[in-house]
Amino acid sequence: MKKIKCALIGSGNIGTDLIYKVRRSEVLEPVWMVGIDPDSEGLQRARDMGLKTTHEGVDGLLPHVLEDGIQIAFDATSAYVHAENSRKLNELGVLMIDLTPAAIGPLCVPPVNLSEQAAKKVMNVNMISCAGQATIPIVNAVSQIQTVEYAEIIASLSSLSIGPGTRANLDEFTFTTSNAIEKVGGAKKGKALAIINPADPPMIMRNTIYCLTEGEPDEEAITHSILSMIEQVQKYVPGYRLVNGPVFDGNKVSVFLEVAGLGDYLPTYAGNLDIMTAAATRTAEMFAEEMIAGKFTPQTVEVSA
Amino acid sequence: MSKRLKGRKITLHDMCLRDGMHAKREQISVEQMVKIATALDDAGVPYLQVTHGAGLGGNSLQHGFALASNEEYINAVASRMKQAVVSVLLLPGLGTMNELKSAYREGARSVHVATHCTEANTSPQHIACARELGMDTTGFLMMSHLNDAKGLAEQGKLMESYGAQTVYITDSAGFMLPDDVTERITALREVLDPKTEIGFHGHHNLGMGIANSIAAIEAGATRIDASVAGMGAGAGNTPMEVFVAVAERMGATTGTDLFRLMDIAEDIIVPMMDQPVRVDRDSLTLGYAGVYSTFLLHAKKAGERYGVPARDILVELGRKKMIGGQEDMIQDTAMTMAKERGLLKSVSL
Repeated sequence: MKKIKCALIGSGNIGTDLIYKVRRSEVLEPVWMVGIDPDSEGLQRARDMGLKTTHEGVDGLLPHVLEDGIQIAFDATSAYVHAENSRKLNELGVLMIDLTPAAIGPLCVPPVNLSEQAAKKVMNVNMISCAGQATIPIVNAVSQIQTVEYAEIIASLSSLSIGPGTRANLDEFTFTTSNAIEKVGGAKKGKALAIINPADPPMIMRNTIYCLTEGEPDEEAITHSILSMIEQVQKYVPGYRLVNGPVFDGNKVSVFLEVAGLGDYLPTYAGNLDIMTAAATRTAEMFAEEMIAGKFTPQTVEVSA
Repeated sequence: MSKRLKGRKITLHDMCLRDGMHAKREQISVEQMVKIATALDDAGVPYLQVTHGAGLGGNSLQHGFALASNEEYINAVASRMKQAVVSVLLLPGLGTMNELKSAYREGARSVHVATHCTEANTSPQHIACARELGMDTTGFLMMSHLNDAKGLAEQGKLMESYGAQTVYITDSAGFMLPDDVTERITALREVLDPKTEIGFHGHHNLGMGIANSIAAIEAGATRIDASVAGMGAGAGNTPMEVFVAVAERMGATTGTDLFRLMDIAEDIIVPMMDQPVRVDRDSLTLGYAGVYSTFLLHAKKAGERYGVPARDILVELGRKKMIGGQEDMIQDTAMTMAKERGLLKSVSL
């Protein structure tokens, strides 16, 4: 079967984990890995796994895009670099899957709105954040049943799984996730909290979701909706698991989740990597299937200076 | 011997209107804050912290909702200060630079930018932002008992490199003993620029608030966080009036009026406490097991709801190495323990 050729930009935790996820896909093929540090572990792994690499950033990739037939690029750099990366690659007709908090394109959480985004044939989709991918499905599951006045999520992440980019830009993580809880989750107001825990052995990614419903919550319908949503997410992240809840207190619904990863690049505690890379891969696959079926040809995008 | 702090000047930072908010489940009114703050101002306390217990961005289901917004509290207090500087707490991941700027607009001029003691590199943008605003900027290393002296020195140095003018060793769990404090402050003093100040924030869970703060001063700290009547999370913070009395006996000066502080403690703070802020079996457990002091009241509530003793929950949270900000894990842990004890069933389709 034909595979769509992909470039992975950013050789940190997320970019490196993506190699494994994309390589496993039946419709995607990782061809290039882009970094900025020739000695980075991510680039070394990519070379060992047969990918072409450059340490000259996206500019090092551009001359090869057309000859190597790259049609999809995953960007796992930072919100600040992404806009420029996206402009340069869109110009060459490459669809961008954005794993930074830049959020230039529409926000995507696969079980909630992937088919809708794929139908729009956009050239840039944003994956929000690991916390967003882990929690927004639950907010959405509640808001499918009843209006959610306010949703708040708490993501606890193991220190070893959080790279320097996220650490130096925590506010962007907070803003992008809060916004997506509203836009994609469907809550009228959203708030996101992140905690980085250095416990050794590392703690598995934990997520808590609180929703305040308008009126008394329909316990049975909400419970059913949440449990079916969890099954949807488990299709691409098998370690996504309900630990406690849903608990109903007045109009507050609380859900306590755990996300274990597949242990590709980092060990299984780093479920935050997996939920992000698996969601991004799932998203890219949806677009790739459309491309292979001839229903979607990424267009070169003219961007005025 | 008793005058061994002779000539030392100590800068006090009151915590009862921020850490004390935890002990009051965030239910201190704007009027009460103004009354306490003006009394502290009159007593010569140079810095006082005013926000939700969890700081900027703290109003949440996770940390509870205060009676007023942070902006309302800060504005009401700052506009009435004659000499005291109003400060705020900011935990990156919870509060953002937007909230810091709005706190500044309302009159806050000092900030504790707080991270867990190994995660200083989550604070560069917030520390830089505070400095750009011209605020007195502190890097605040929480749960410092979970890092060794060398590690804390590295973390403090990072915060200094981002622009922090003061670095704090923060004993959030009230777990440290004076020797632990001496070793950590000494290591920090060795690596920081001589112009960078060092502070200590204690909790009284093992009754060590005063002794630890004195040890910090002797090792080179110049700033001490304390609370009048000790009102703060867990068994409270270092009781300010007691600390001032001891520091004076040892020859140090704080610029505060001891008798006024005693009166504020006795006449205003103690009568407003919902429960005595003291070492009891649960707050002692915090100090003994090294658990974040703020977890105390949450654990008592979860314990009552699920029939698991608060002390058992706190010990389990300590074993799982939960840190500040993970209050959601208290209910989660209580539920998991209740299931293990056959007191609660799982939900299934």
